[in-house]
Amino acid sequence: MTAELELRDVVVSFNGFRATDGVSMSIEQGELRFLIGPNGAGKTTLIDVITGLTPVTEGDVLFRGESLVGVPSHKIVQKGIGRSFQTPTVFQALTVLDNLDLAASFKMSTLKLFRKRRGISAAVADTMEQIGLTDSAHRVAGALSHGQKQWLEIGMLLVQQPRMILLDEPVAGMSPQERAATGELLQRLAGDHTIVVIEHDMAFLRSYAEKVTVLHEGKILLEGTVDQVQGNPLVQEVYLGRARDARSGHVASTESGEAAQAPDAQEVLS
Amino acid sequence: METLLEQAFNGLSVGSILLLVAIGLTFTFGQMNVINMAHGELIMIGAYTPYVLQHDFGLAAGLSILLGLFIAFIVAGGVGVAMERGLLSRMVDRPLDTLLVTFGVSLILQQAARDIFGAPNVDVVAPSWLKGSVTLLGVIMPYTRLFIMALVAVIVGGLSVFMARHAEGRRMRAVTQNRDLAAVSGLSPRRVDATTFFLGSGLAGVAGVAVSLIGSIGSQVGSGYIIDAFLVVIVGGLGRMKGTIIAAFALGMLNAYAEFWKNASIGKAIVFMAVIVFLQFRPNGLVSFRTRGLTS
Amino acid sequence: MTTTKNEYPDVSSLVDEKPPGEGVVAEADVTRDGYHPSLSDRLKTGWGRRIILAIAVGVLIAGPDLIGDPTRTRQWAEYLCYATVAVGLDLAWGYGGMLALGQGVFFGLGAYSMGMYLSLEQVEPGQLPQFMSLYGDNDKLPLLWRPFEHLWFAGVAAVVVPALVAGLVGWLVFHRRIRGAYFALLTQATALVFWLLLIGQLKLTAGTNGLTNFSEVFGHNKYDPSTPEFLYYLAAGALLVALVVARHTVNSRYGKLLVATRDGEDRVQFLGYDPAKAKTIAFALAAGMAGLAGALSAPIIGIVAPDQFAVLPSILMIGWVAVGGRATIYGPMIGALLVGVLKTRVSESHPENWQYFQGLLFIVVVGFFPGGLAGIWRKLSGAVSARLPARGGSADEPSRAPQTLATSEVAS
Repeated sequence: MTAELELRDVVVSFNGFRATDGVSMSIEQGELRFLIGPNGAGKTTLIDVITGLTPVTEGDVLFRGESLVGVPSHKIVQKGIGRSFQTPTVFQALTVLDNLDLAASFKMSTLKLFRKRRGISAAVADTMEQIGLTDSAHRVAGALSHGQKQWLEIGMLLVQQPRMILLDEPVAGMSPQERAATGELLQRLAGDHTIVVIEHDMAFLRSYAEKVTVLHEGKILLEGTVDQVQGNPLVQEVYLGRARDARSGHVASTESGEAAQAPDAQEVLS
Repeated sequence: METLLEQAFNGLSVGSILLLVAIGLTFTFGQMNVINMAHGELIMIGAYTPYVLQHDFGLAAGLSILLGLFIAFIVAGGVGVAMERGLLSRMVDRPLDTLLVTFGVSLILQQAARDIFGAPNVDVVAPSWLKGSVTLLGVIMPYTRLFIMALVAVIVGGLSVFMARHAEGRRMRAVTQNRDLAAVSGLSPRRVDATTFFLGSGLAGVAGVAVSLIGSIGSQVGSGYIIDAFLVVIVGGLGRMKGTIIAAFALGMLNAYAEFWKNASIGKAIVFMAVIVFLQFRPNGLVSFRTRGLTS
Repeated sequence: MTTTKNEYPDVSSLVDEKPPGEGVVAEADVTRDGYHPSLSDRLKTGWGRRIILAIAVGVLIAGPDLIGDPTRTRQWAEYLCYATVAVGLDLAWGYGGMLALGQGVFFGLGAYSMGMYLSLEQVEPGQLPQFMSLYGDNDKLPLLWRPFEHLWFAGVAAVVVPALVAGLVGWLVFHRRIRGAYFALLTQATALVFWLLLIGQLKLTAGTNGLTNFSEVFGHNKYDPSTPEFLYYLAAGALLVALVVARHTVNSRYGKLLVATRDGEDRVQFLGYDPAKAKTIAFALAAGMAGLAGALSAPIIGIVAPDQFAVLPSILMIGWVAVGGRATIYGPMIGALLVGVLKTRVSESHPENWQYFQGLLFIVVVGFFPGGLAGIWRKLSGAVSARLPARGGSADEPSRAPQTLATSEVAS
């Protein structure tokens, strides 16, 4: 069976610096995969490569058996891969409704785009309800709060019904309630959708992750469950080696519940 | 064969003038992302400088050129800084709008020149030591053209040393490479901007003195060169001196041969199409860095 | 989102439009109660808008009678052509963020298309326009000229050729992500190349002198006092067509896509749209409108010469849009008409000052009032309405109000 997404020895180099250095991984349909690793490990670069923002230097990226190398970003989206960015990027001059409607219309022919929007499609209305912005439908996105923008961006992703969703630090800057809501949403979406999440927040990881891939200096260090990853001495070395004098020896503690609460655990992993 | 060599010399000569005109633009564009549409009028100011020295101060031709280089640098630089301080510094987030504002300045400077010096073109008297030519390999090389090439070589050399060695040059490089980082490292990007604008505009003045040697001067003298210089900056890559140098000579050569092959207007069209084709392969110009990030 | 974000009417000003003392919790309710629609919003909704539109169209139709003088009527017809160019240019620049400095090329392509037809209208079928026998060794009409014996062909070509040229140039440039200042400078270079080619191709274009002496204009005698009126109505019709097309475009989904592309070209790709395509379409539309205006300008101005389409006039076209207000539907039209009238008046009294005036216009408007007249009007009407009592929410209008503040919605 072909994997939903397969990376084969992906190398990306920027002026000689190898941001990813021979990464191979495969993600099955319906998986909820977390990518972690210290800064500069190459996590965002991987997402950039998959979505065509950054060209691969060597290697191949296969989506359902089809190579994505050289395919322009907008066509990759048309194939069913959606992504978010670290900082929410919504269209500030457009209203919430227009942002979502534009996202929902991404498969329309150019000629059809020239028609004026009449009313609100069910998909857009549902999404707006889901992200709690129905009351703000006619406000321009530039006037939303940071959290609302983040939700709007997620909404723009969902309304496109992508097969695969790539999220770059989706809960950064969110309140605990919003995090929980996001986590539940991800679990609900997994199965129908394949989801890859870059996240630093260990508590979040522990609550919602199934399978975790650890990247370090452009290479895959380890792949496994949260417990496997946390108990692995190599992972401890990578994180703690970088912040040896930090107090958080219990990042990889087996008492995972407590470690998750410790604020410094997050610090070390961010 | 001789005509080929002749065109090669011609191309080198045109290229050196293009480089002289474009190099000042490179600085302001590279560091501040500002396209100075009044750059051509700063060249005009430079071109009128030796004329004023000869005509109103009665200086000898040679002295007016040598002193003119210095004065034009200061005067054009001063006008540039005034423009930067007075207008551009308040619109740092709107690079395309600065282009339009500097265009407004260029309109005013052009009309002012017409009011001060009159509409008809005037001529600068070339000093005796720049009259005549040398013939090498059958190619006639006028001294004025050779003088300009030498001037360009001195300026490029001087700038390289300045950027590499001088503290202010290093500051300019720092701000060009990473404005925010330079700011948090204790540099004042705005002060460096002023230096950059002074230097870039001053170089336009120097270029003006040079072009006064090879043709008549009028209010339009700068706009005749400026569009070609813009193409050089585009081909060279965002504010990279090395790219600008290569691009200036490449376009100069192409221009010379294309004009020789067809005529001036078709030649220009060929150059333009070559630039578009070139950009299909190197959209960021000759010298550029790959960066990551959504918007850069 | 990008470095150019502030070049368009600032959406953060919206925050000022919210009623005072409104907290985060109440945000959702802002649109329900206590919202102060500004005067300009009131005029844009419902009857206010219809009345203004009716008056505007009425004035346009009554124009020649109001002006009352054939020479002035002809001048106004010229301004209407410029307004048509401005409406198109705003699609590219105001809504699409493409600073097109070479719009004169497209205006000129339209003008030469019609100029060729008009030149042939002056001579018997089979004969050559005067300049050709003067310069050329031609004894037959050049191949390029032949289809322009037909008015329909000249008219279609005047719109389609500029749109195709813009489409080609735009596609080549945009799909390689060339934008911002690079695009501006390249379009400026197209104007230079176009001008040089027109001058250089003496036998085809009559060089610097251009095509002129159109005493017969679409079957009307040039000196007949009713001819300027006829031309005026043609120009007014073209302007209305351009306005309708622009308005529809801006309010369509594509219009939203264009604004989105302007503000976040890279982001648009990750919604599955090709930004190069979106931009190319707007650029071609703008070129088509410029071509249409150019075609009508040929009989109205009475001469088609290279200097009209050179580098300088091309950049000055941006001024029309800037003065009226970029990213608005009617602003560019008003800007072009106003600058046109001013130019005539100033040139008649102090021609030497016109260039100073234009320079100042660019500096003051772009530097200090980037929203143009429309921006000033928005601010003024906002200030006025803040003093008016709050209007209770009928279901439709207040919820529309914030939307109308968005650049994309100004004229909806």
